[in-house]
Amino acid sequence: MIELDNRQALGAEFQELAEFVLKAAKERGASAAEVGIDKGTGLSVEVRMGKVDKLQYHRDQGASLTVYFGHKKGFASSGDFSRKALEDTLEAACRIARYTAEDEFNGLADPELMAKQPLDLDLYHPWDINADQAIDLALQAEATARAYDARISNSDGASVDSYAGLGVYANTNGFNGLNSSTRHSLSCSVVAQENESMQRDYWYTTACSPAALEAAEAVGKEAARRTVRRLGGRSIPTCELPVLYVPELARGLIGHLVSALSGAAQYRKASFLLDAVDKRIFPEFVQLSERPHIPRAPGSRAWDAEGVATYDREVILDGKVQAYFLGSYSARKLGLQTTGNAGGSSNLLLSHTQSSFQELLQQMGRGLLVTELIGSGINMITGDYSRGAAGFWVEQGELQYPVEEITIASNLKDMYLGIQGIGTDIDPRGSIQIGSILVNRMTIAGQ
Amino acid sequence: MQNAMDYARAEFFAPSGLSEPALAQVFAELLSKDTTLADLYFQAARYESWGLEEGIVKSGSYSIERGVGVRSVCGEQTGFAYSDEISLQALLESARAARAISRAGQSGQVQAWKAQIPSRHLYGLSDPLASLSEADKIDLLQRMDSKARAVSPYVKQVMASLVAVHEIILIVDEQGRMTADVRPLVRTNVSVIVERQGQTESASAGGGGRFDLDYFIKNNRADEFAEEAVRQALVNLDAQAAPAGAMTVVLGSGWPGVLLHEAIGHGLEGDFNRKGTSAFSGRIGEQVASKGITVVDDGTLEQRRGSLTVDDEGTETQCTTLIEDGILKGYMMDRQNAALMGTKSTGNGRRQSYSHLTMPRMTNTYMRAGEYDPQEIIASVEKGVYAVNFSGGQVDITSGKFVFSASEAYLIENGKATRPLKNATLIGNGPDVLTRVSMVGNDLALDTGIGVCGKDGQSVPVGVGQPTLRVDGLTVGGTAA
Repeated sequence: MIELDNRQALGAEFQELAEFVLKAAKERGASAAEVGIDKGTGLSVEVRMGKVDKLQYHRDQGASLTVYFGHKKGFASSGDFSRKALEDTLEAACRIARYTAEDEFNGLADPELMAKQPLDLDLYHPWDINADQAIDLALQAEATARAYDARISNSDGASVDSYAGLGVYANTNGFNGLNSSTRHSLSCSVVAQENESMQRDYWYTTACSPAALEAAEAVGKEAARRTVRRLGGRSIPTCELPVLYVPELARGLIGHLVSALSGAAQYRKASFLLDAVDKRIFPEFVQLSERPHIPRAPGSRAWDAEGVATYDREVILDGKVQAYFLGSYSARKLGLQTTGNAGGSSNLLLSHTQSSFQELLQQMGRGLLVTELIGSGINMITGDYSRGAAGFWVEQGELQYPVEEITIASNLKDMYLGIQGIGTDIDPRGSIQIGSILVNRMTIAGQ
Repeated sequence: MQNAMDYARAEFFAPSGLSEPALAQVFAELLSKDTTLADLYFQAARYESWGLEEGIVKSGSYSIERGVGVRSVCGEQTGFAYSDEISLQALLESARAARAISRAGQSGQVQAWKAQIPSRHLYGLSDPLASLSEADKIDLLQRMDSKARAVSPYVKQVMASLVAVHEIILIVDEQGRMTADVRPLVRTNVSVIVERQGQTESASAGGGGRFDLDYFIKNNRADEFAEEAVRQALVNLDAQAAPAGAMTVVLGSGWPGVLLHEAIGHGLEGDFNRKGTSAFSGRIGEQVASKGITVVDDGTLEQRRGSLTVDDEGTETQCTTLIEDGILKGYMMDRQNAALMGTKSTGNGRRQSYSHLTMPRMTNTYMRAGEYDPQEIIASVEKGVYAVNFSGGQVDITSGKFVFSASEAYLIENGKATRPLKNATLIGNGPDVLTRVSMVGNDLALDTGIGVCGKDGQSVPVGVGQPTLRVDGLTVGGTAA
C-alpha cells in the first residue's frame, strides 16, 4: 500500500515546523510570512507487451516560504527539512526581499477571510495494492487492449500509479492548515496498423479513491477502440462547419475561460475578456458554477493557496460573467475582494442542454467531431484560436470516416457565443466537470 | 577547485561521508545477474529568478534541489527510486527498491572505480548566480523595461524575467565509471503588451545559454530582446486573418527550426524506434527528405542552451547525423535503447532531474545550410505564407502528424512578403514534410537560446536551427478563405 506512515504524527510535525519557520521569519524582522510544507509518496508501474517495463518509487518533499518586509517580498524553497536547511532557505528569502521593490498590493490575505473550520472533504483513500498487484492490473488492461482487434499491432504500454500526499500551509495571520489526499490512476496506450496507416491512442481513469476507478479491462478496451477507429485517417478540403468537442477537449475551452478571467490576466490587461463582469459572453442557457467542497472530487479544497476559505459561487449565470478568479494580490490590484482562487480554480461544473452525445451529433448533422487537439495556438489577448486536430467527419449525425492533418480555427469569443449544445456525457476525471460542446461554426483547414 | 569532479566530491561526498567503499556497498545491493546497466545520479541544483512587471522588480525566488536517483536496468525493464537525502542509508534503501525489477538474486560488484575526464569542456565552472550583483540583476531588468517603453508609446505592459541555474552532477555506473559535470544555464525573457486605438497585441523575445549573466549586458543583448518583442507586437497589431488550407510556406531561419524538432526529431529518438511506435521506425536508409538536406543533432556546440559536455549517463555528447543528403541515417540513443538495438549511445541520454528517469532526448537540432539566398526563396513564391517566428509545437510520433504555431507571419504575393498575418497553427506529416522542401537557404542560424522540450512530463533545455526553407504544401490553420 502506498501510504504516508504515521500520517497524523507527520502532520503535527509539519505544522510545528511551519510555526518554527514563521517565528524565525519574525525574528529576522519580517512583518509577515507564509510557508508551505509538502511530502508525498508514490508507486508507478508500467508494463509493455506483456512484461514489466518500469517500476518507480516516488518520494518527494518540499518547503516553500515567502517573507514580507512591509510591501517587499522574497521567496525561497528547499527539499531539505532540517532546521538548519530551513533557516538557510529563510535567509535566502530575506536576501531576495532586500532587493525586490515596494509593491503596495503585496501581502497576506485578510485575516478575517481565513478558513476557520476544518472540512472533511474525504480526499484521502490509500490504495491497498503492492507493486505485483499493480503490475497485474496494468497487464490486464494491456492484454484486453491487444486482444481487442487484430489490427492492434503494438503497444505503448499500460501503467498504474498511486500517490499519497500531505501538505501544510501556515501564515503569520494565525492560519495553520493541514491537508492530505490520494490520487490513483490506470492508463493504457496501444498502436494499431493497417496498410501504411499507423495510429496510437490511449485511455485513462483517475480518482482519489481506488473504488472510483474504471476496471482495468474497461480502460484497455476503450484505449483499443479509440486507436482502431483512427485507422485510415485522411485530410479533408478546407471548409467552414460546426465542430463538436468531446468532453475531455471541451474542458480546454473552459480552461481558456478560467485563464481569461483570472485576476492576473485582468490587471495586466492580457485577456480577450477584459472588464467582462456583467457581460454576456455565452448563450443564455450556459451556467458555470464553482463548487469547492464536493467530497472526493479532484478540485476540492477547504482553503486556497493563501488560507482563504473557499465557497460555492456562480461564475457564469445565464450566459453572463458574474466574477473573476482572484487571489488577494490581483483582488487588491483590481479593487475587489479575493474569491478564494489563489492557486487556481477548484471544481467547476458546466450546465448541459439535456442532450446526450448522440443527440448532439444529430443536432450538428454535418460537421467535424474533434477527438484530439495538438499544439497550443491560442492568443489569450485577442482570443484567436488555431490548433491541430484529428477526429471524424460527420454526415446526418453519423460518423463517416476518421480525419487527420487538419486545423480548426476561430476566435474564442465567437466560439463561446456560438455554443449550440452541451452534453450530459460528463467526464469526471478533471476538476472541470463537463460534457461535449457543440460550436456552431469554425474554419477547418485541410487540403 | 580545479575541475567538475572536485566540485562533485565536495558537494556529495564530503558532507555525507560517502566514499568509494560506500558506493561499492550500494552497487552490491543494486546489481543482480541479469542487470544490464545501473547508475546513481547525484544532482545539486540552485535556481534563482527575478521578475519585473509594471516597471518594478516585484518578485524573486531562490531554490535548492538536491538528491540522488538510483536506476537498475535489466534489458527492457527498469527499476527506479530516488531520495532527496544523500546518505549511505538512503542510497541502500533506494537500491533495494530499484533492484526489485530483477527477479534474479543479487550478485555482482563493481570491479574498479575510474574517474572519467571528458576530452573537452563546453562551458565554464563558475556560478552564474554570482556572476552579477543583485543590484546589477535588477538594473538589467529595468533597462529592458525602459528600452521597450522607449521604442513605442503603444507599449502598455512590460514583463521581464531573469533566471540563473547552477547544477553539479555526478554519475556513477555499474562499470565503476564516475563522471562529473558542472552546468551553468541562464535565460532572460521580455514580454510586452501593446495597445493602439483599443486594439491589443503581445509578443515576447529572449535568449540565453550556458554562460554568465553578463552576456546579456556585454553585447547589448537585453536591449535587442526588448526591441525585438516590441517590434513583433507592433507587427501583430496590423495583422489580418491568415489563410486556411494547404499552400507554399517559406520558413525563416533560426527558431523556425522547431519544425525539425517536431516533424522529425522526436520521431528519431531511440526509445520510440526500439519499440516500433514511431512513424520513422525501421526506415534507416530510406529517403525521407529532398536531396541536399542534412539534419544533425549536435550536443557539442560551445555554451549553447541544448549542449552538454556529457549527457546524464556520463557519455560525451557528439554531433549525430540524422539525415544526410535526404537519407535517414540514424537515431538518437541513450545507453539502454542503444544496447537493446545493438548500437552505441549517441550521448542523448537526458533527464529533468535526479527524480526522473533517463530517456533519449534531443540537444541542438538543426539543418545545414543550402545554396539559395533567402530573398530568392521568397521571390520564387507566387502566393503563400512567410513564417518567421513561432511560439512552439507538438507531434504525434506514431501518426507522424505535427504542428507548430506561427507568432509572426506574412502573406507572400507575387514573390513579395506583404501584409502581416494573425497567429496560425501549421500542420504537416513528419515523414514526408522534408520531401516537400524545394529550396534551402544559405543563412543557417540557431535560435537565441529559448527552447524547452517536453516529453513524458519531463522538461529539458534544447536548441534548434535552420536556414530559410521553402516547403510546398503545408496546411495553414487560418480563418480566411
